[in-house]
Amino acid sequence: MLTIAGLSKRYAKGDKALEDVSLSIPAGQVVGLIGPSGAGKSTLIRCVNRLVEPTSGSIRLGDTEITGLGGTGLRRARRRMGMIFQEYALVERLTVMENVLSGRLGYVGFWRAFLRRFPQADIDRAFAVLDRVGLLDHVDKRADQLSGGQRQRVGIARALVQEPDILLVDEPTASLDPKTSRQIMRLIVEVCAERQLAAIVNIHDVALAQMFVQRIIGLKAGRIVFDGPPDALDTAALTAIYGEEDWSRTIREAEDDAVEEAAAQDAARLVRAQATPAAVARAL
Amino acid sequence: MPVTALPEGRRSWQRRTPRGQIAVWFGWLLAVAFTVFCWRVMTQGTIWAFVLDAPTQAADIGARMVPPRWSYFPSLLKPLWDTLNIATLGTLAAIVLSVPVAFLAARNTTPSAAFVRPLALFGIVASRSINSIIWALLLVAILGPGVLAGIVAIALRSIGFIGKLLYEAIEEIDEAQVEAIRATGASGAQTLAYGIVPQIMPAFAGISVFRWDINIRESTVLGLVGAGGIGLNLESSLNTLAWPQVTLILLLILATVVASEWVSAKVRHAII
Repeated sequence: MLTIAGLSKRYAKGDKALEDVSLSIPAGQVVGLIGPSGAGKSTLIRCVNRLVEPTSGSIRLGDTEITGLGGTGLRRARRRMGMIFQEYALVERLTVMENVLSGRLGYVGFWRAFLRRFPQADIDRAFAVLDRVGLLDHVDKRADQLSGGQRQRVGIARALVQEPDILLVDEPTASLDPKTSRQIMRLIVEVCAERQLAAIVNIHDVALAQMFVQRIIGLKAGRIVFDGPPDALDTAALTAIYGEEDWSRTIREAEDDAVEEAAAQDAARLVRAQATPAAVARAL
Repeated sequence: MPVTALPEGRRSWQRRTPRGQIAVWFGWLLAVAFTVFCWRVMTQGTIWAFVLDAPTQAADIGARMVPPRWSYFPSLLKPLWDTLNIATLGTLAAIVLSVPVAFLAARNTTPSAAFVRPLALFGIVASRSINSIIWALLLVAILGPGVLAGIVAIALRSIGFIGKLLYEAIEEIDEAQVEAIRATGASGAQTLAYGIVPQIMPAFAGISVFRWDINIRESTVLGLVGAGGIGLNLESSLNTLAWPQVTLILLLILATVVASEWVSAKVRHAII
């Protein structure tokens, strides 16, 4: 359970990135954080794991107050928070396995990590999450040999192997094609349900957010201007978040997309069922 | 303004304003004048009789230099081995010393940008500003003649070279990867080992091999000032006007450099 109260962030140049943000996310809930560029979405999730120092306010993960932590306390808090990045942020020259095991760095000492001699329990965990994200065949490949979707799966595996209480997800689909985007979002939502993880997902694509998350928070200029279920996100709400624009198509497209996707899946199932050599020959 | 209005509402565009055009012409004029001046300075102290004589002299020395004195070859093997050792050990010592200096000098890894970084940068500049042969002159005076002075001279010169290129590589890494490692709860040393080191490994290996390649060439002349290696033989052969021996030494140096160049190309290719 994550509770943020009165969180503000002002950068050194005087830009107010966040202004009195308060919200609470129970275990198992996936929250989509939407808003225009520069609204403070990235700053908000980076304040939670203190990659960005908040100016004032309180952030509690369970019973731990995050804002006052330093040194070992901060490391312990960070290992309970898995982060997934827009451009994957994998260590490109390390293998998939090394990238996933880097999620255990908060739990092992320096020399074990440096010599890549992780405890067997950690290696078991790594294989389990790689199996979950469907990358068991790519364990020994270098990260830079993978496709975008595969890389983001490694990013998800690295976050999951931490055995976190919450996922902080920063634009997970911004570098991916529409189909892969949906697969990645579906995977994130599924693993959150399986493990009762809370998650904050920064996302630009409103329709995609509506399709997958249980709750949407809209940020504008560092303030929360919308907080509610995806269905409640209507033209008025989108105007409050992004400003004046013809929003009718955005919302309707979301519904169309859902229908189309269901149809596409049905079609794919049909093709798989029929794609025996004999069937192909008959079709020709 | 390069854009000027023409009649009928069209507009003309030129690359430079008239004033800019004049400035460019004036710049060219200065460059030509400076070239003429330099030529005058250069030719003032020249004794033209010697210059006109040059082809005959060159042909004379060339004639004395061939054929190389092949029988001298066995006594060059030990000095050649010394030269390779000077280059290799000097490079290794420089690598060990320059890695921490590079991390202290890089803006994104230095512990203190106000105090430690300028100190590290000064060390790098100081090492780079003095040529190996001058380091060797100083060290022969301090340590006495021999291979050790050569090794230390090569190392001192190479710290700056490797340190500078390596700290620039550290500053150019992708910070997102570092942030991702830090976000897992990794300690500072672990973040260095997982987030930064893999990113700079290709640059590090390339720089080291490149410097080793340069050091092979530099160590061949260190003997001229008494710091060991094949340069010692070169100096004594030149002093005794033993031109056939000089030819053999130069051929040997050429072969060594070609070999080291081949090795470094292979290693760099294998790493990237």
